[in-house]
Amino acid sequence: MQVTVTVNDTEYTREVEPRLLLIHFLRDELGLTGSHWGCDTSNCGACVVWLDGTPVKSCTVLAVMADGRAVRTVEGLERGGQLDPVQQGFMECHGLQCGFCTPGMMMTARWLLDRNPDPTEAEIREAISGQICRCTGYENIVRSVRWAAGHSAPEATEATEVTA
Amino acid sequence: MTATEQHGAPAAFGPMRRKEDARFVRGRGSYVDDIVLPGMLHGAVLRSPHAHARITSIDTAAAEAHPKVKAVITGQTLAGLNLAWMPTLSNDTQAVLATDKVRFQGQEVAFVVAEDRYSARDALELIEVDYEALPAVVDARRALDADAPVIRDDVDGRTDNHIFDWETGAAARTEEVFRDAEVTVAEDILYPRVHPAPLETCGAVADFDKVTGKLTVWETTQAPHAHRTLYAIVAGLPEHKIRVISPDIGGGFGGKVGIYPGYVCAVVGSIVTGKPVKWVEDRSENLMSTAFARDFHMRGEVAASRDGRIRAVRVSVLADHGAFNGTAQPTKYPAGFFGVFTGSYDLEAADCKVTGVYTNKAPGGVAYACSFRITEAVYLVERMVDVLAYRLGMDPAELRMRNLLRPDQFPYSSQTGWVYDSGDYQRQLALAMELAGYQELRAEQRERRERGELMGIGVSFFTEAVGAGPRKHMDILGLGMADGADLQMHPTGKAVLRISVQTQGQGHETTFAQIVANELGIPADDVEVVHGDTDSTPFGLGTYGSRSTPVSGAATAVVARKVRERARIVASAMLEVSPDDLEWDGARWFVRGDPDQGKTIPEIAFAAHSSLELPDGVEGHLDAQTVYNPPSLTYPSGAYICVVEVDPGTGGVKLRRLVAVDDCGVRINPMIVEGQVHGGLADGVGMALMQVIAFDSDGNCLGGSFMDYLLPTAMECPSWELGETVTPSPHHPIGAKGVGESATVGSPPAVVNAVIDALRPYGVRHADMPLTPAQIWRTIQGRPFRTDLAIT
Ligand code: FES
Ligand code: FES
Repeated sequence: MQVTVTVNDTEYTREVEPRLLLIHFLRDELGLTGSHWGCDTSNCGACVVWLDGTPVKSCTVLAVMADGRAVRTVEGLERGGQLDPVQQGFMECHGLQCGFCTPGMMMTARWLLDRNPDPTEAEIREAISGQICRCTGYENIVRSVRWAAGHSAPEATEATEVTA
Repeated sequence: MTATEQHGAPAAFGPMRRKEDARFVRGRGSYVDDIVLPGMLHGAVLRSPHAHARITSIDTAAAEAHPKVKAVITGQTLAGLNLAWMPTLSNDTQAVLATDKVRFQGQEVAFVVAEDRYSARDALELIEVDYEALPAVVDARRALDADAPVIRDDVDGRTDNHIFDWETGAAARTEEVFRDAEVTVAEDILYPRVHPAPLETCGAVADFDKVTGKLTVWETTQAPHAHRTLYAIVAGLPEHKIRVISPDIGGGFGGKVGIYPGYVCAVVGSIVTGKPVKWVEDRSENLMSTAFARDFHMRGEVAASRDGRIRAVRVSVLADHGAFNGTAQPTKYPAGFFGVFTGSYDLEAADCKVTGVYTNKAPGGVAYACSFRITEAVYLVERMVDVLAYRLGMDPAELRMRNLLRPDQFPYSSQTGWVYDSGDYQRQLALAMELAGYQELRAEQRERRERGELMGIGVSFFTEAVGAGPRKHMDILGLGMADGADLQMHPTGKAVLRISVQTQGQGHETTFAQIVANELGIPADDVEVVHGDTDSTPFGLGTYGSRSTPVSGAATAVVARKVRERARIVASAMLEVSPDDLEWDGARWFVRGDPDQGKTIPEIAFAAHSSLELPDGVEGHLDAQTVYNPPSLTYPSGAYICVVEVDPGTGGVKLRRLVAVDDCGVRINPMIVEGQVHGGLADGVGMALMQVIAFDSDGNCLGGSFMDYLLPTAMECPSWELGETVTPSPHHPIGAKGVGESATVGSPPAVVNAVIDALRPYGVRHADMPLTPAQIWRTIQGRPFRTDLAIT
């Protein structure tokens, strides 16, 4: 089947098997390996990307379901050569160790901050509760998101546009 | 929250943002599954649905006919290459692909190589295997029964499932103390089978170049050099024809130390097809077949005086090692460093017996942030101390305080022969109690108990023995556990450090640069750390058992000091004085008595590459190499206090607080140390409350997905509360002790002790992990269940 998906503002058209998962489409077809795969059961969230501005577990979405839609991945967090405050926050607060969960965590964090620019610790924990980190014990992920909340917001992203 | 003590940490040590993060936050890490090579094919493993069965036939014709399949490999194919079996890290053998029998559910039976991932999986469905099911040994306690089926009948003359007996301590002396003790307590304690479950599963990309004869393998490995040597031995290839690359690794926790059949299959697949082959296991394969830990069935006994002096500890252990003994322990230590079960206490006697057995489960005993079985040892002794406190009606913190080793007893030789290097245990426990507000918590608990509420406070105190190890005593498959380090100095004073240990998230690219920076007085940003590639790093045994900083960190300091000494000679030529007249001020060699006359390392490095005339016999340049053979182990310690609330209606546990005061000696990068502790605390909470790999009576694995094998999320974890004390290791060049596994070791007993303390109104003295709502509810009813077997 032919699909056309806009990923990080670039349009891609590819011939794919109907059963191809979005995560494999991004990683294997487009070479965007920043999003990871970590489980068979939609539990880990290593694969979280945005589909039309909403975080989804891309292991649970077929590539054909993304036809005609917009996807944003960790590779598209940086804007105009500037790191997103979430990316900076993760670096400042040691929000990552092995880095495997990090792209998914950051995509969820940016989405949260776009809706709730000053989230409490409990709100941050709830937002990432569908995602697993095996390294950090979550503490510094929470701090990283708080750091990002305290630093200048980036340009409006498609997530904010959707809310508006 | 952090409570920090003042200590004289050198300038380059301190919180520093990690160098590696720049790539990770951009999604530019390079993990094994990110590697793509031209013409690369994909492999998939067919696994056994049975725990124990004879293979009567395998028909691969339909799979081979699949248009996208390039090769189907079976045990028979491998037998032709003499590769059907491979050595394990414990001198046992393990089937790469089964030939005769399958011995655990999920065992590797065949390997398909196809053009893409999906086709490889499709083709697995086309392979027909006929099995003749055999009775399975599932309960370790039945493994040595006379009528138990023999699992390893591949070994000539084997008539039972016994692997080893190991003993330490003094049985007679211990028995004497027990006979004359005022109080003795005993308890059966299980540390159930768990899986480290790093977020990245295991995988490999193998690329055999027929023309050059060179094999390159990208692997999820914590020990690239050890793997290369093993491949060399097994395949008969010279080491220089094998390159093992461990790129970015998505967490290891011990699960990526050994060699798995999938890696070998990828290599054979590449040799057979002439193309690079990638194999990445899925999560259920990961949870069912690789890297199990614990599975220790322990009986602990303590002898004490009525006023709470702990006199002796005796332990007997039945260790379930699964179908192949794949445990990764130093050779002389089949039960790892379980010998530190005497804990942090001054005992009169101790005795321990461990028996290892085979069962029809995946190869176990590997590791899981356990510092070679110290996790089990600490859990045993810290649970037993609470059992004793219960019996004596004493406060568990007070009981520990009374028995902890005193600072003047170090170096301390334990009853099992371990020489603890340093510690200040009472101060450490006191600090934890202060941070927790221990007395106030006890007051609150009394009040709430009166209201019928279940609140628990758990204490644990641990000492680890890490940094394996002195090569005289410690090797893996004959390879001594010493690590090399090379330091290359560029003319401009920039440095390249090459180390053998490999990071899976520990931040080596940053902390090891800080060690060099500290020794040479140059910025850490000027030090590049090269690791994870056997072609460009010196030999060493890898990252596990909290050994990176104790061993390779020491190697790094030593090699930097060698560079500094070479620089001294060059500086003496530059300043036209004798090297003996020079002093080091942390950044410069300067002339004693004339501090204005001095040279920095960059100045000296340039001169060392210049036309400057050097003293006779002195080579130019500053580069140096070393091999560090640790004189002894290092002994980090921790005092942990946990507060929980238990809902008597549901058995649910709410983890309210976890206070951790760690002493890992000098901290190179406190930010990273705290991160290591945070992760370990979450890990320990998972083991105490939710993680377990259990089996039904047919040997079916019941923890084969993240739906069944529950890991803590941000919701189950409180905000951790940390503190620290610092007693430097006297024999480590920078006084560091290692910390990677401390919190995983120390937190399970703290959490379990807290839950059991909460259940005190019900007269509960012990229940086995994980303390799930079901287990707690049944425990309250007086009928706790075995967590390692399916409840029926
Ligand atoms: S890969 Fe685990 S949730 Fe998508
Ligand atoms: S940083 Fe390793 S899984 Fe989160």
